[in-house]
Amino acid sequence: MKQVYMDHSATTPVDPQVVDAMLPYFTEKFGNSSSFHSFGREAAKALSAARHKIADCIGAKSNEIIFTSGGTESDNLAILGTVGQYAGVSHIITSVIEHPAVLNTCAYLERIGHEVTYIPVDADGIIDIEALVSSIKENTVLISVMHANNEIGSIQPIREIADIANSKGIVFHTDAVQSLGKIPVNVNDLGVDLLSISSHKIHGPKGAGMLYIKDGTSISPIVFGGGHERGLRPGTENISGIVGLATAVDLAMQRYDVDSRHLLDLRNSLIEKTMATIDGVRLNGHSTKRLPNNVNLSFRSVEGESLLMMLDLKGIAVSTGSACSSKSLKASHVLASIGLAADFIHGSLRISLGRGNSMEDIDYLVSSLQEIVSRLREISAL
Amino acid sequence: MYSKKVIEQFTNPLNVGTIENADGIGEVGSTVDGDIITIYLKVDNGVLSEVKFKTFGCVVAISTSTIVTQLAKGKTIEEAQKITNDDVLNALDGLPEGKDRCSGFALDALNKAIDNYIEFKKD
Ligand SMILES: Cc1ncc(COP(=O)(O)O)c(C=O)c1O
Ligand code: FES
Repeated sequence: MKQVYMDHSATTPVDPQVVDAMLPYFTEKFGNSSSFHSFGREAAKALSAARHKIADCIGAKSNEIIFTSGGTESDNLAILGTVGQYAGVSHIITSVIEHPAVLNTCAYLERIGHEVTYIPVDADGIIDIEALVSSIKENTVLISVMHANNEIGSIQPIREIADIANSKGIVFHTDAVQSLGKIPVNVNDLGVDLLSISSHKIHGPKGAGMLYIKDGTSISPIVFGGGHERGLRPGTENISGIVGLATAVDLAMQRYDVDSRHLLDLRNSLIEKTMATIDGVRLNGHSTKRLPNNVNLSFRSVEGESLLMMLDLKGIAVSTGSACSSKSLKASHVLASIGLAADFIHGSLRISLGRGNSMEDIDYLVSSLQEIVSRLREISAL
Repeated sequence: MYSKKVIEQFTNPLNVGTIENADGIGEVGSTVDGDIITIYLKVDNGVLSEVKFKTFGCVVAISTSTIVTQLAKGKTIEEAQKITNDDVLNALDGLPEGKDRCSGFALDALNKAIDNYIEFKKD
């Protein structure tokens, strides 16, 4: 059966070039970077090269890069590590549309006595800057707002928020897990103090990521052990994963112009063709301030899990914000936050494109959707 | 994660539709929860001669709906009232863990439709 993967915001296939770069670090170059001998030095060299490569790609200095196990850990380290620097009750500002890696870390901080303000977004999924400014308090130590949302692709005004945070001396973190490689990610242009990246969303291996920590920004470790990663992330480094991450970041930068244009063409064509041929469809998220690979649509009178199943039977892999498909049976908090009615949330579909997708894939998806949506509407009680 | 039976029933559901001048109609669910199941009955001499459904919902909602209509069709009112959730689950070779939220809804809709018929007949 034909298989079309369009769920790149969930994860991506590892690029063969990335695999090639990683392979030697499993077998021949397996050393521990902390060891004195040649094996250790080889690992240390790879680690340092990876750090420099990534730093170059995002406009950072190499000592500002801390390797982690992925986006989730980077977000945890940024938030808990910042709060760990202060005594007493801290106040954190974040948005309602953050990834659970941020939201659940904040919920944990609330449980242990800290304060969190969740800033709302408008109908397009863009954060309310005025509400953010007026929520700043004496004890606000951190603002964490994602660069681009993983469900609706909305791009947040990071520079603007960074300027506000900087002027108040508040540490600013952004989760750039979904934006890297899709829109420019340069720490100087963005003006952030902390920035999270995950490898497996950019054709790198799973279980690798990094946190950018601007010089002068102090954070505390959240795990304890040896002195790796300046003591901020102890534990023998995942060298192969880190090499994979660095190669994937480098590749994403090299391919940036070609990839982003290609994705934008596919995205716009998908939106246009779907809207033109199927009625009762709405586009969720901002029309232009959106990731070039993200399409989030709601289909009236059909439920998302049923859509996913029908598409899966045609070999098409996408995702939905419907509660019925999630393990927790909770509907998407992001779609609820943009004021989407419940039936539209249940009928939502996220299509996240990747560099391997073609216009043929788009046409296959659109024609499949035409058939499936009309079939499900025949069955539907709405 | 879904059994072959579930997928079969989901992709080729029998008894989809409405019944004009139905003898009983039962509706359960809400758009907030993401599922609405409506079951329509035609009753001839105490036998469910026609049972149809319309469902907005997930794979479970649709596959249990069609199974309930198939189990009920041809049965007497009394027999149909005795259909249990286990009968539905058995007919589908079970459901994955965590997907039981809406698995009883179709049966609820059937029972509601039967109650509606009984109520209606009294007048
Ligand atoms: C915005 C965002 N942040 C964080 C994560 C978590 O990243 P990881 O899977 O590397 O822990 C994801 C992945 O789902 C994400 O989309
Ligand atoms: S309709 Fe939501 S779980 Fe079935």
